[in-house]
Amino acid sequence: MCAVGPNVTDAMKRITAIIKPFKLDEVRDALTAAGVHGLTVTEVKGYGRQKGHTEIYRGTEYAVNFLPKIKIEVAVSTDQVNRVVEAITAAAKTGQIGDGKIFVYDLDHAIRIRTGETDAAAL
Amino acid sequence: MTSKTIIRAGLAGVAALAVAALLCDPTVAQTVPAAPPAPAAPAIVVNKGDNAWMLTATVLVLLMTIPGLALFYAGLVRTKNTLSVLTHVFYTVCIVTLIWVIYGYSLTFTGGSSIIGGFDKLFLKGVDMDAKAATFSVGVNISEYAYICFQMTFAAITPALIVGAFAERMKFSAVALFIPLWVTLVYFPIAHMVWYWAGPDAIDAAAKALAAATDEAAKKAAQAKLDEVMADAGLLFQWGAIDFAGGTVVHINAGIAGLVAALVVGKRIGFGRDLMPPHSLVMSMIGASLLWVGWFGFNAGSNLESTGGAPLAMINSFVATAAAAMSWMFAEWIVKGKPSLLGALSGCVAGLVAVTPASGYAGPMGALVLGLIAGVACLFFVTTIKNMFGYDDALDVFGVHCIGGIVGAIGTGILVAPALGGTGVMDYQTAKAGYDFGPQLWSQIKAVVMTLLWSGIGSFILLKVVELIVGLRPTVEQEREGLDLTNHNERAYNM
Repeated sequence: MCAVGPNVTDAMKRITAIIKPFKLDEVRDALTAAGVHGLTVTEVKGYGRQKGHTEIYRGTEYAVNFLPKIKIEVAVSTDQVNRVVEAITAAAKTGQIGDGKIFVYDLDHAIRIRTGETDAAAL
Repeated sequence: MTSKTIIRAGLAGVAALAVAALLCDPTVAQTVPAAPPAPAAPAIVVNKGDNAWMLTATVLVLLMTIPGLALFYAGLVRTKNTLSVLTHVFYTVCIVTLIWVIYGYSLTFTGGSSIIGGFDKLFLKGVDMDAKAATFSVGVNISEYAYICFQMTFAAITPALIVGAFAERMKFSAVALFIPLWVTLVYFPIAHMVWYWAGPDAIDAAAKALAAATDEAAKKAAQAKLDEVMADAGLLFQWGAIDFAGGTVVHINAGIAGLVAALVVGKRIGFGRDLMPPHSLVMSMIGASLLWVGWFGFNAGSNLESTGGAPLAMINSFVATAAAAMSWMFAEWIVKGKPSLLGALSGCVAGLVAVTPASGYAGPMGALVLGLIAGVACLFFVTTIKNMFGYDDALDVFGVHCIGGIVGAIGTGILVAPALGGTGVMDYQTAKAGYDFGPQLWSQIKAVVMTLLWSGIGSFILLKVVELIVGLRPTVEQEREGLDLTNHNERAYNM
């Protein structure tokens, strides 16, 4: 067992959501309302069922396979997971193909660098 | 500039003969005071207003090339080749400027043959701040330095247009060698053929001398002198083609060279397979807009004087350009489903190209029609025709400049008609504008074909020479990595 804290594998989850870029502000507001006070955002490209799209420059068509998306990562205590997932889903949903996906992972440890606090206290 | 000249030169010749005939007619002679002995030609002074306008027009044409054309092109290539294209254009401006003052101006604008000038003004020999250059009016001159600088900017932008055709795949050493060779062996001869003439003052003086000649021997000598002055002009000029600001010299010339370069240099690696979208249409929008602004110097400046021809060229350069931008954009909207900024920008350039030879001859409504046609014609070439043949004219130098240039050159021969709102061709004999459809159109076609052949064949030979000496392409790895890093050791954006 790790020495850092009790119930290491159950205490926290990391939630990664891939969303449409223009939904970022709504998702952020929803997360704040759900009690999440920090998140990491990355601009990413990829494709899923939406596939790509076509761009036309001077009549030449380009099939753009990788679409720009936003990746959000948050670390939450396990008891928050459902609320957070629901918040992201509600805020990021347009009903159109390409709304994105949410992944939930176990999170072993968290450390706040400034204070050295760990796990739930560090979130 | 010059085209006007052509007409005027031809007409002045006819006029001179007519005047001579009149003066020799005994019935007229009775009512006309006996011609005084040939007076000393009055000293011609430089017109301050014309001089000021030409200095302004000159820097506007420089603005077209740097940064206008450079930004337009740079926005259309991929990020990794941005600096490469900017460097090609900047290099071209600087190297051509130097060549121009060393031997280019002399080869273009001194007499010699009807194909190429001589070395009388090598290193600008004999030119100083008091030297004068002819305009289109008798007795009106501008400073020769102003004319040299104005023409220098034309010599600089023409080869700079070509670099769009072989963008993203020609190594810098090859470009550095090709540009001086091309401007020397293709541009200078074509510019000389279209734009060189003895000037209105020389023709006027010769005509007056002929008119003043009294006995047979003197008449014969004066006629020979007049013939000699009239023959002291470039080949296409003598053919009677009209080209106000350089549709043949600049755009058809560079456009066909671009097509040949695209074919000889070959396709970019991954052409037709990899994504090669423009990396910054914002940059291209700025560039195209600066091209439009600078083009007023190009077209209205080609009037060489601040007379009515300059505003005519200006309004035509507004109208045709807007018309072509709209026709391209709406045609694309209809055919491809979306109106695009790049379509409007491309149409803008196509309209500017097409109106170049017509700017001082057509009326504004003629320019409107010309622009509408040019936008659709160029769209058809850069999409349908280019895809049909599969050549990689990267930035559509051929599709826009050569096709737009040909539309303009042929269109000029039609729209100059007074019935269509054009200026007509000034007839000095009757002091009325006239127009002869068939011969004028034939002159235009001959000038187009001559330019296509000279530039097409010349460019092919020069590219082969460059290939033998330094090679044309970077290595496959260098091309994949991008010319900015591999040719210049720098990147456009460090962010």
